[in-house]
Amino acid sequence: MSWTLVADVVAAIFLLCGAFLAFAAGVGVVRFPDLLARMHAATKPQVLGLILVLVALALRLRSWSAVGMLVLVVIFQLMTSPVAAHMVGRAGYRTGKVRPDLLVLDDLTADQEAADREKDEADREKDEADREATARAADDGGGPAQRG
Amino acid sequence: MIVVVLICAVLLASAATLAVVRAEKGPSMLDRTIALDVFTTTLVGTIALEAAWSRRTETIPILVVLSLVGFVGSVTIARFASVEPEGEGRIRTREEIAAEEAERIAAEEAEHAKGIDPEHGAGHEPDELHEAEDAAAPEVDGSTGPEEARS
Repeated sequence: MSWTLVADVVAAIFLLCGAFLAFAAGVGVVRFPDLLARMHAATKPQVLGLILVLVALALRLRSWSAVGMLVLVVIFQLMTSPVAAHMVGRAGYRTGKVRPDLLVLDDLTADQEAADREKDEADREKDEADREATARAADDGGGPAQRG
Repeated sequence: MIVVVLICAVLLASAATLAVVRAEKGPSMLDRTIALDVFTTTLVGTIALEAAWSRRTETIPILVVLSLVGFVGSVTIARFASVEPEGEGRIRTREEIAAEEAERIAAEEAEHAKGIDPEHGAGHEPDELHEAEDAAAPEVDGSTGPEEARS
């Protein structure tokens, strides 16, 4: 049993796994109910499936220049796919594409409500301080309160 | 090897078909974006499969370019995603488009008639004309301004 035969068999197995992950992503994208679930399904072939297929390709080609380019492909994909997923998820959350009844845990809504409450509180305190300042100014000068 | 390549080709082709199905159905732009991401990944897998089968290296730069450029579309769409009205993301049928067009033309004609009548009519003061113009102005401006697109 030669080294090349082993490499070919391993490459075949990796190709099958990568193609199966892509197929699973296709099924998930069609069948899952909302945006976040579809994103979850879509990320499987984007990283693991791509790495499997490219390792299989490297095992078939067996040349170092090709391996260098394939490593480049994996690095680019690893850098860009989280950015795209983050942007899409954020835009989906802000435009109401996320179904709250399907979420197990929703930290972002709770955090945003807490932040809104704090902001309201701060605004109210600032208003109180402003009103007191104008009242004091009116007492001191007796003239009309000037507000910027 | 040929059997493995055939099985992989069938799996990848069905994945691409399913992604296109979601891109057609997708209720919102973002769902379509994700479907096109899956399609791009499937394309990369297909090119890699072909290169692995025929042991050729000329197609590998295509993979580099696809992995670099593939995310630009989804990031752009996500950047400019805005709240869509109910039923906006649906592809309209021919009759619906015709009905909307007729409605728009009727509205335009009504606008036109309203603009002409005070000009030539007898009992209208100039003030009323200005009021009518002011009332009509926000409708003319359109509903999707640049403010809505910024998120």
